[in-house]
Amino acid sequence: MNWRAIEAIVRKDLKVISRNRGVLIPLIVVPVVIFVALPALVALIPATSNLSGTSLARLGDLVTQMPAGLQSALSGYNEAQQVVILTLVYFLAPLYLIVPLIMVTVISADSFAGEKERKTLEALLYAPITDRELLLAKVISAWLPAMVVAVGGFLLYGLVANLAAWPVMGRVFFPTTMWLVLVVWVTPAVAGLGLGTMVLVSSRAQGFQDAYQLGAAIVLPIVLLLVGQVTGVMYFNVGSVLLLGLILWVADMALLWLGIRTFQRSELVAQL
Amino acid sequence: MNAKSAPVIETKDLDRNFGDTVAVRGLTLQVYRGEVFGFLGQNGAGKTTTVRLLNGVLGPSGGTACVLGLDPVREGTALRRRTGVLTETPSLDERLTARENLSIYADLYSVPRADVAHRVDTVLATFNLADRADERVGGYSKGMKQRLALARAIIHDPELLFLDEPTSGLDPVAARNVHELITRLSRREGHTVFLCTHNLSEAQALCDRVAVLRQGQIAAVGTPSELAHRLMHNLSLEIEVESAGVPAALNILRATPGITKVTRYNGTIRAMGAGREASPDLIASLVHAGVRIFRVAPQEPSLEDVYFALQGEKEALS
Repeated sequence: MNWRAIEAIVRKDLKVISRNRGVLIPLIVVPVVIFVALPALVALIPATSNLSGTSLARLGDLVTQMPAGLQSALSGYNEAQQVVILTLVYFLAPLYLIVPLIMVTVISADSFAGEKERKTLEALLYAPITDRELLLAKVISAWLPAMVVAVGGFLLYGLVANLAAWPVMGRVFFPTTMWLVLVVWVTPAVAGLGLGTMVLVSSRAQGFQDAYQLGAAIVLPIVLLLVGQVTGVMYFNVGSVLLLGLILWVADMALLWLGIRTFQRSELVAQL
Repeated sequence: MNAKSAPVIETKDLDRNFGDTVAVRGLTLQVYRGEVFGFLGQNGAGKTTTVRLLNGVLGPSGGTACVLGLDPVREGTALRRRTGVLTETPSLDERLTARENLSIYADLYSVPRADVAHRVDTVLATFNLADRADERVGGYSKGMKQRLALARAIIHDPELLFLDEPTSGLDPVAARNVHELITRLSRREGHTVFLCTHNLSEAQALCDRVAVLRQGQIAAVGTPSELAHRLMHNLSLEIEVESAGVPAALNILRATPGITKVTRYNGTIRAMGAGREASPDLIASLVHAGVRIFRVAPQEPSLEDVYFALQGEKEALS
């Protein structure tokens, strides 16, 4: 592997992304909303409002509709604490996964299809690197920032959640084991899922917008997970998160295999 | 050029199809070390596809190629380390500065780390870009982008340089600098240059040999003068006469056997098909008719004449 060349392409892509407002703005806004605004807002609701009467009755109803495992996890907490745990630990977990997914989708749309659109791909194809080295460089330049933001965002989310919910919880309640598994095991796989999809989509897309719109559909399974949790169809615990990660890694391997077959110099140059 | 050395580029019956479309057909050619080889042809004639085939960026549908002793299909990566390519569009990252563009490609082409900064400064100075090296390329003029793309093509000092329309978009001074660079690279430093161009005067001035490509096939190959003598059997004669004598001169020339075409621009008349040996009799006839002659010049056919003759010949055949 020509690591110097790979590093040069990653450096180039990251510089280009950092100077593209159209790409940079969603990469800043989405994490700020999900990692800071949302946990702060959710944690502050029970702390600043008087949950009583009909509100508590509704919460009780909601908890009774949740799977038994989740009801058991919530037992022993008062109603306000249940709101915090239910939302910050469980409901927002799938939403957390959307961040690395959007990150890789935006960056790889710019890195793969955007390069084609800007007509900068041809010089790169003439460079003395193999197809696999080029693919690896492109994968790293999208996956790395997504993981940095996801892990950094997780730490920020934990900080904001614990601080904002301190008046209600009175202790550090985040992260849980399930969240640690989610970050370490599932997040890289989710980013891989987005990347694999974008490699395939970008080979047919003519430009950034084209690729981004096609690739954005990959967010739908995560939205389904969110709906599943809120409606009580399923809930994230250590076991289900491990299983989710396994499914995603298998899907990643399949996409990687397809991506290597698709990402061929001769195919790419023929589209220029 | 050293015609006795092993060819730097050698292809045999090279084909490339895209579905039912034939881009390159039966391409057989040799290019020798230190040679400036012109590759002429209209848009869509197969020039860019040939450059891609010779760099292992595209695989052939048939035939073989050997470039710098390497097989572009199996050893493309090793080959591309020794070639430099100026693509038809500059293919520069416009959000990066000129220095960043060059540094990244210096790393891609494995220029020794300790030499990168010096090498970047040198090529920036060569192409008069040093004073704007730290500006983003998006703000550059078309000519500056073309110069930067050329600088990038030689950042790793390649043995073999593929240049696709290198002076496109350049002002005359910058174009002359590029011509001087090409000459220096080939004559003094022994580099081989494969020059794809539409600019026939550029090809005539720079190229040791040229190949004329038409619909993916080589129509002719040789030095510009070889092609002229092989394909343009009849010379033309340019005669400058006093304006009062122009009608008589035209009548005489048009009536002369062997002259195929007579054109006139003010007092200058061009007679196609008049060989050198016919000149004395023609001049005598004109003088006898009272035409006052200021100048007679036999015209060597240019590469442009050859090129258009070939295109016309093929079109007539097709």
